[in-house]
Amino acid sequence: MPESFKKTSLGGLLIRIGGYILLALGGVATLAPFYFMFVFATHQRSEIFGFPPPTWFGEHFWTNYQILVQKIPFWRAYWNNLYLALMTTIPSLFFCSLAGYAFAMYEFRWRERLFGVVMATLLVPAILNLIPFYLLIYQVGWINQPKALWVPAMAGAVGIFMMRQYILSSIPKELIDAARIDGCSEFQIYWRIVLPLIRPALGTLGLITFIGSWNRFADVNVIMRTQETKTLPVVLRTLQGATDVEWGAIMAGTALLVLPLLLAFALAARQLMEGLTAGAVKS
Amino acid sequence: MRKTDSSAPAGIVTLAMRWSNFQRRYAPYIFISPFFILFLIFGLYPTLFSLYISFQSWTPSDGWGRWKFVGLENYTFTLTDPMFWRSMWNTVWLGIFSGLPQHLIAIPLAFVIHMVLGRFKTLVTAIYFLPYITSSVAIALIFNTLFATNNGVINLVIGQLNTWPVLGWFLPDENINWFLNSTIKYGIALVVVWQFTGWNTLLYLSAIQAIPKDLYEAAAVDGANRYQQFRYITLPLLRPMMFFAVSLTIIGNMQLFEQPFVLLNGGTSAATQGGQTAAMYMYRTAFEWLDMGTAASIAWVLFIFIGILTYLNNLIFGRTVRGEV
Repeated sequence: MPESFKKTSLGGLLIRIGGYILLALGGVATLAPFYFMFVFATHQRSEIFGFPPPTWFGEHFWTNYQILVQKIPFWRAYWNNLYLALMTTIPSLFFCSLAGYAFAMYEFRWRERLFGVVMATLLVPAILNLIPFYLLIYQVGWINQPKALWVPAMAGAVGIFMMRQYILSSIPKELIDAARIDGCSEFQIYWRIVLPLIRPALGTLGLITFIGSWNRFADVNVIMRTQETKTLPVVLRTLQGATDVEWGAIMAGTALLVLPLLLAFALAARQLMEGLTAGAVKS
Repeated sequence: MRKTDSSAPAGIVTLAMRWSNFQRRYAPYIFISPFFILFLIFGLYPTLFSLYISFQSWTPSDGWGRWKFVGLENYTFTLTDPMFWRSMWNTVWLGIFSGLPQHLIAIPLAFVIHMVLGRFKTLVTAIYFLPYITSSVAIALIFNTLFATNNGVINLVIGQLNTWPVLGWFLPDENINWFLNSTIKYGIALVVVWQFTGWNTLLYLSAIQAIPKDLYEAAAVDGANRYQQFRYITLPLLRPMMFFAVSLTIIGNMQLFEQPFVLLNGGTSAATQGGQTAAMYMYRTAFEWLDMGTAASIAWVLFIFIGILTYLNNLIFGRTVRGEV
């Protein structure tokens, strides 16, 4: 905190109090929708849109849950979500750290240009690839197959960038050279020396990748055409399409979709936020 | 040990060294190859393919490979299609009104967090950041209930604020129907601002924390007050981060899809015309009307538009950033 912000000065105190009030209001506005999601998940449709709308938990969570599992293959979709997220995350950790290590620790021809290509892929708006991507998947017959979604996502540019930054800042080149003199093969150096040392960054990347896959919608909606293969966000959206929309049930499903990420975030918020901004500050 | 083992025959040593040099030389290419293989198959090839199909007419019932070359027809259709231009207008409108407030709120917010919070800095930032890690579909579904015309939470809050002095002058007296052609954009913008302000706050906070403390101290010695410190130290030094964050907002907002798609009930809402973005119009052209060629042409027009915006952002914003750093 800057020196001029001593708690003793009256002006500083007033600004502090004003700041606290502002932050509190913003915090309430940020948390309120989450709160109402959980509250509405325990109320029936008629209560949600009655006057006044419910502000405290009701007793209809099980009713909503029953509607949910009856109208959509809820747990199947939940499993699909988990499967997609894990199948994206695990290979990502391997391929991104491997590529990040190569970009950080080796001198090779066209290194900068190739890294430039990696970074440039971040600038291409993803949604514009949706149609040809769908056609490609259609062509190879992967419609309704989860691999159509996780295979292309196994080595993302964000992950490679993050791993490269972390390895550059945390692993001395001498260590790699020493391992080489000791007779380690190039892959052994990565597997036995680099990988154990970058565990914290792998944790962060794992979390980021998991969250990203967990929340995917547009491409899943296009590739997964049957109810059994859809993930939770996609299948929850289909509930909205019907008449007499069961908003209580939708909120119950939404709450169950959001909850695991809220818990994971509660445990690793600092790590996640630091990981996401580490590259941005330097560039 | 192979290299240093002097007792081994000379031939084996050179062979081992050759192998060692060989794998050292080619290892990096092998290590980065998964990215490039996947990029070629699932990134570059579809992109080029979409350029090809933007000159073709095809719908899934034609059967695979039965393309029909139509020249520039898809492009002329798109560029003279009022629905497309309406969706472009919506995209630009939303780009500004769901983009600008994010930064106008996030910069002062990050400054305040940095100034008044000590121990709770991480906790408060985490709370603001929460919407960013939440599924856009979930968020749009939640807001769909909050936007209810009668007894919706948001309308009740606005009704309350309406009784306040000054603020009340700017607010309507009646419940807002958020699902009209004329109002839906405000709702979408509200959702997007709510979702991404925390992310920008985090970005700006990390940049503010990187500003050396002695700059503020020196300014304070010279008699600069807090506003002046913000105006003449924080803001100029935030320029590079503003460039970065604004670039991300432009790319993100120009392909806005999930929030309008869910709030407009997949395009069946009566307010679809008033709220659908170009990305959503492209999506519906491809997967609702199954006109892949026209959809691909929309994608390319949008792509070129985003390219121009990014270029202008670089020209206006990027130059001053590079000049100062």
